[in-house]
Amino acid sequence: MIRDITLGQYYQTDSVIHRLDPRVKLAGTILFLVDLFLIKNVWGYLIATIALATVIHLSRVPFKYIMRGLKSIILLLMITVIFNLFLTDGNVIFQIGFVKVTWEGLRTAVFMGWRLVMLIIGTSLMTFTTTPNQLTDGMEKGLRPLKYLKVPVHEVAMMMSIALRFIPILLEETDKIMKAQQARGADFEGGNLLDKAKALVPLLVPLFISAFRRANDLALAMEARCYRGGEGRTKMNPLIYNRTDKMAYLLIFAFMAVDIFIGRFF
Amino acid sequence: MLKLEHVNYEYGQGTEMVVHALKDINLEIQDGEFIGLIGHTGSGKSTLVQHLNGLIRATSGVIYFDGENIYADGFSMKELRQKVGLVFQYPEHQLFEVDVLSDVCFGPKNMGLSVEEAQKEAKEALTLVGLGEEYYKWSPFELSGGQKRRAAIAGVLAMKPRVLILDEPTAGLDPQGREEILNLVASLREKTGMTVVLISHSMEDVAQYVSRIVVMNHGQIAYDGEPREVFSHYRELEQMGLAAPQVTYALYGLKNMGLNVDTDMITVEAAADNIAAALREYGASPGETGSGNDSIMPEKNGCSDDGMTSEKKERNDNHIMPAKNIQGADSTAEKENGQKDGGTVSGKGGL
Repeated sequence: MIRDITLGQYYQTDSVIHRLDPRVKLAGTILFLVDLFLIKNVWGYLIATIALATVIHLSRVPFKYIMRGLKSIILLLMITVIFNLFLTDGNVIFQIGFVKVTWEGLRTAVFMGWRLVMLIIGTSLMTFTTTPNQLTDGMEKGLRPLKYLKVPVHEVAMMMSIALRFIPILLEETDKIMKAQQARGADFEGGNLLDKAKALVPLLVPLFISAFRRANDLALAMEARCYRGGEGRTKMNPLIYNRTDKMAYLLIFAFMAVDIFIGRFF
Repeated sequence: MLKLEHVNYEYGQGTEMVVHALKDINLEIQDGEFIGLIGHTGSGKSTLVQHLNGLIRATSGVIYFDGENIYADGFSMKELRQKVGLVFQYPEHQLFEVDVLSDVCFGPKNMGLSVEEAQKEAKEALTLVGLGEEYYKWSPFELSGGQKRRAAIAGVLAMKPRVLILDEPTAGLDPQGREEILNLVASLREKTGMTVVLISHSMEDVAQYVSRIVVMNHGQIAYDGEPREVFSHYRELEQMGLAAPQVTYALYGLKNMGLNVDTDMITVEAAADNIAAALREYGASPGETGSGNDSIMPEKNGCSDDGMTSEKKERNDNHIMPAKNIQGADSTAEKENGQKDGGTVSGKGGL
C-alpha cells in the first residue's frame, strides 16, 4: 500500500533525459508549468501533450509507473472536474432539476483536468529521471546568484537533499513498524475515524523516535567528516553544460514559443 | 502445523527491477520444533517468516496453518498473527507506550482481552523474559538495550503464541547480551513448549540450541536437516557467505589428519571431550610415547572457548605429527587453518 506512492521517487534507468543536466530539467519543468497556464485552446494543449509524450518516451520510464503517481491526486482531480462541470454559468447543454451542464463548464472542466494531469506528470517526470542529489546540485548552482542577496543557497539545498533522501527511508521504516505492530494484532484499516486516529499512535511514536535518532546520527556523521557549510566547498562532479544540454534548452524554448503562440492566438 | 507449498514471492512488479525474493519454497514446521533459519543478508529469510503470519501475501503457492489454507476466504489473519508470534529485527524500535506494562498489554488488548486479563498476560510474559515488577512503571525508553529487547519480546509473548519466530534477536547486542537472549529463548521453549523459529546469519549462535537448521540462499532452501548434517556441507556453506561453527572446522581438520574424531560434535565442550578421547585412543596405539600424551591431557579439560580449541589443536599438531611422521601433515594443517580463517571473515562480512 505504502509502496504505491511514487511521487518524488527516482526511477533507475539510463536514458537521454536521465543524463541531462539537472538544471535543464529544472528549468524545463518550470517553463512547462508556466506554459500550461498560458495556453488557452485545444491546439495548445495538444502540442503540450505531444511534447510531454515525447519526453516520457525518451525517458524510458514505463507509462504504467507514471500513472501510479496519479492515483494520489485522483480525488482532487475528480472534485476539480465536477465542480467546474456543474457550477459554471453559460450556455446550457442540458439540465436535470437544478443540475445543469454548460458548454463553458464542460470546456473548463476538460481543460482543468487535462492541465492538472499534465502538471503532475510533468513534475513527477523530473523526479523520476533526476536523483535527489542531482536535483539539489542543480538548484544550488542554478540559484547561485541569490547568494549575493544573502540567501543561504547551499544550506537550503543541503536541507532539501536531506529531506528528500529521508522520504524513502521513512517510508520503509513506516512499513516495518506497521508490520511489527500488525504482528501484535494492531489494526490500521478497520473502525471509525476516531479508531483510525488512535491506531496511528503505535505507528507515529516509534516513527518519530526513529526519525530523531536518524537525524542525530546523520548530524554526527556529517560533523565527523568536518562538514561546515558551503563555504569553500568544491564538488566532485561539478555541473557543466554539454552539447545535449544546450540542444535541450533550444528545444524547450522553441516548444514554449510555438505552444504559447498557437495556444493563445489561434 | 505450518506447511508451505510452492510459495513464491516477487516484489517490484511493474518496474525494471522485479526481484524474486522467494522461489518455490516447500517447508513443513511441526509442533514443538526448534528451528534455526539461516542465510546471509538478503537471502529471503525475513521475507519467508513474514509469510508465516500473513504479513506478506505470497505471489503464488499455499500456506496451511493446522491444515487450513490461510489465504482462504474467512480465515482470520488476526487469529493467525496471535498464534504465530513474530518478533521483528530490532523489536525495541516498536515500543511506544508510556510504561513497560502498557506496552506489553498492547498485543493482548488487540486480541480483545479486558484490561485486567491483558495485564495478567503481560505480567506473565514479563516474568518469563526476566523483567520484574520494579520495571512495570518504567518508560520503555529508559531501559537498557537488552532490557528493551526483552520487553519487546514480552510484547509478543503476551499474546500466548503457539509458534514464536524471532528475526535475528541478537542483532546489535554485545556478546553478553547475545548469550542472554539466546538462553532466554531456549528457556522460553522449555517452559512453554512453544515451537520456535530462530533467524540468524550466525551458525555459531544457533548451533547449540536448535534441533533443525534450514539454510536459505538466493530465496531458496539450500539445506534442511539436523545441525550436524547441515554442517557437514561446510564448504558449500562458505560459498553462500556462511560458515559452520569453528569446532566443525577444527574437527574436520583433525579427522583429515588421521585422528579418529567424531565430526558431528557441535558444542565446544563436547568437541573438546571428543578430541581428548580420540587422542587417548591414539596415544594407546603402539609406537607413541606416553610422556607426550601426558603433557597434553591436563590442558584439555576446562577448555571452553574457541581460541583455546584452535590453539590446542595447533599444539597437538606439533606434538603428534613429528612423532607419527605423517607426510605433508603441516601443510594440511596450514590449509585447514587458512580455510577456517576465511570462513570466519566471510561470516563477519555477512553482518
